[in-house]
Amino acid sequence: MEITYFAIIIGAIFVNNVVLAQFLGICPFLGVSSKVETSMGMGAAVTFVMALTAVVAWPLQQLLVAWHIEYMQTIVFILVIAALVQMVEIILKKMSPSLYQALGIFLPLITTNCAVLGVAILMIQKEFSLLQSVVYSISTALGFALALVIFAGIRERLDFEDVPKAFRGVPIALVSAGILAMAFMGFSGLV
Amino acid sequence: MNKLNIVLSGILKNNPTFVLILGMCPTLGTTTSAANGMGMGLATMAVLIMSNLVISLIKNIIPDKVRIPAFIVVIASFVTIIEMLMKAYVPALYASLGVFIPLIVVNCIILGRAEAFASKNSAFDSVLDGVGIGLGFTASLTVIGAVREVLGSGAIFGLPLGIADYAPLVFVLAPGGFLTLGYLMVLFNKLAKK
Amino acid sequence: MKSTLLNMTAVLFGITLVASAGVGAVNLITAEPIAQAELAAKNAALEQVLPAFEATASETLTIDELPITVYTATSGDATVGYAVETKSKQGFGGVVSLMVGFTPEGEVVNVNVLKQAETPGLGTKMADEGNPLLASIRGQRLEDKKLVDGRLAVAKDGGDVDALTAATISSRAYVDAVNRAWMAYKSVATGAGVADTASGATQQTANEPQAQEGGENE
Repeated sequence: MEITYFAIIIGAIFVNNVVLAQFLGICPFLGVSSKVETSMGMGAAVTFVMALTAVVAWPLQQLLVAWHIEYMQTIVFILVIAALVQMVEIILKKMSPSLYQALGIFLPLITTNCAVLGVAILMIQKEFSLLQSVVYSISTALGFALALVIFAGIRERLDFEDVPKAFRGVPIALVSAGILAMAFMGFSGLV
Repeated sequence: MNKLNIVLSGILKNNPTFVLILGMCPTLGTTTSAANGMGMGLATMAVLIMSNLVISLIKNIIPDKVRIPAFIVVIASFVTIIEMLMKAYVPALYASLGVFIPLIVVNCIILGRAEAFASKNSAFDSVLDGVGIGLGFTASLTVIGAVREVLGSGAIFGLPLGIADYAPLVFVLAPGGFLTLGYLMVLFNKLAKK
Repeated sequence: MKSTLLNMTAVLFGITLVASAGVGAVNLITAEPIAQAELAAKNAALEQVLPAFEATASETLTIDELPITVYTATSGDATVGYAVETKSKQGFGGVVSLMVGFTPEGEVVNVNVLKQAETPGLGTKMADEGNPLLASIRGQRLEDKKLVDGRLAVAKDGGDVDALTAATISSRAYVDAVNRAWMAYKSVATGAGVADTASGATQQTANEPQAQEGGENE
């Protein structure tokens, strides 16, 4: 009896939310989340990249183990991610130029999104199978998108509030994120 | 630019955590204690210095279009080397920092400095920049880690302060990270203005 | 340098080659110290779950498709205990890895959590001193517990092991790992043959004479 897929999905989206509990993907979280629409676009792009990364990285890891060069994992994984992001950029430019424009600089920045590399490394550490890894990365990406969209909603509202001058910008965003993280902690007893 | 200024600006004026707002992931993820924060900062500084050095040395032979992938390979190699050295000589720290060690490779600070400084300056200046930013990062992480450790576990650098029973655990957990960073950022900006 | 296709590929290839060579070299240099650090950690884990011993012989079995290693600890000619390095993949955050110590009579001496990635404050309590899971089995023979299909189980599943609060999955993983340890121990200590396969790979290691008694958990 392996860990159920239900537990993997609920865990990745809510209980161990990649941004609010594991602290991965903070840079884009603070950078992109000022508008709900861009957040959704970013969330979709990240989901796509994470799923593809899982599919490519998992078999590569088996190769690394077979050739006894596990220490090349970091280098190989980051190159895979960089290549995949480049590919997504080219595809997006052709298929949806408006989304490509809206995401702007944040698209190539998915490469340095610690969440993408983090998920690839973690799925290996947790000894997931290929299918479990894909489910895990898609769920994690959905958790990322969820956190991003909720946060964008909060930030859009904060723009209208009278925030003390010292807190404006990033500090108040961080405090709000902290409170949001506390709310997500309530999910802990779910599974 | 005055050599000393390069180092000092990395600590204060261009503090990566409180001013440039880069490298947030490890800042929140590894500051559960002062020792962890300091360890992470030093590991990152090591990678930063070495990658700044190598990149500034080979900047002229890298075709412009493959700049970023080339930088990434260099940074990833140094991260792997540091990872192995830590596993061999400081296994306890290696275990506490966990997945954040390989994640140094996507720490926006390192790629950011490679792009903004090392690819445009001499090797010596790039090393100094690495030292300055690295020290700034280490100092921020240590301070944040210390605050979280004192408030969340009632200890500092592992030495109990006798107030453990009153410590709200939340500071060592996720929300505490966000809150501590937010408030410290406000404090830093207020002090820096003077 | 201009960005021609040849230049780009050549430079990237060259950099990757040099980088891989550098990393490979450091790997060779650090392989020995890493192995030593891991051995020291393993010995520390063994000492925490066994009475004083002088040497260990290890044997790796396959229990329910996972490799489980049994360390038979001896002092002179007498077997003083068995430590089993076990794991379960059913943890909430992935692998839960334990070291379980048994006396030759089958009593559980102690359980040391080697690796876990459970929810902080809930599942991570499995590593705490005196947690309900450990308290349910420490100092007891597992045959004397309430078994379900011949295995230990948490109260929710019909057994009598107290689970951690709000961490059912973590508790089940812990119990699953202990079950495997128990099967492995029985297989080695009594030859009851419950293993899938015995790989027959035995290793003898002699430690420095241990002066302490019973580990630091009293």
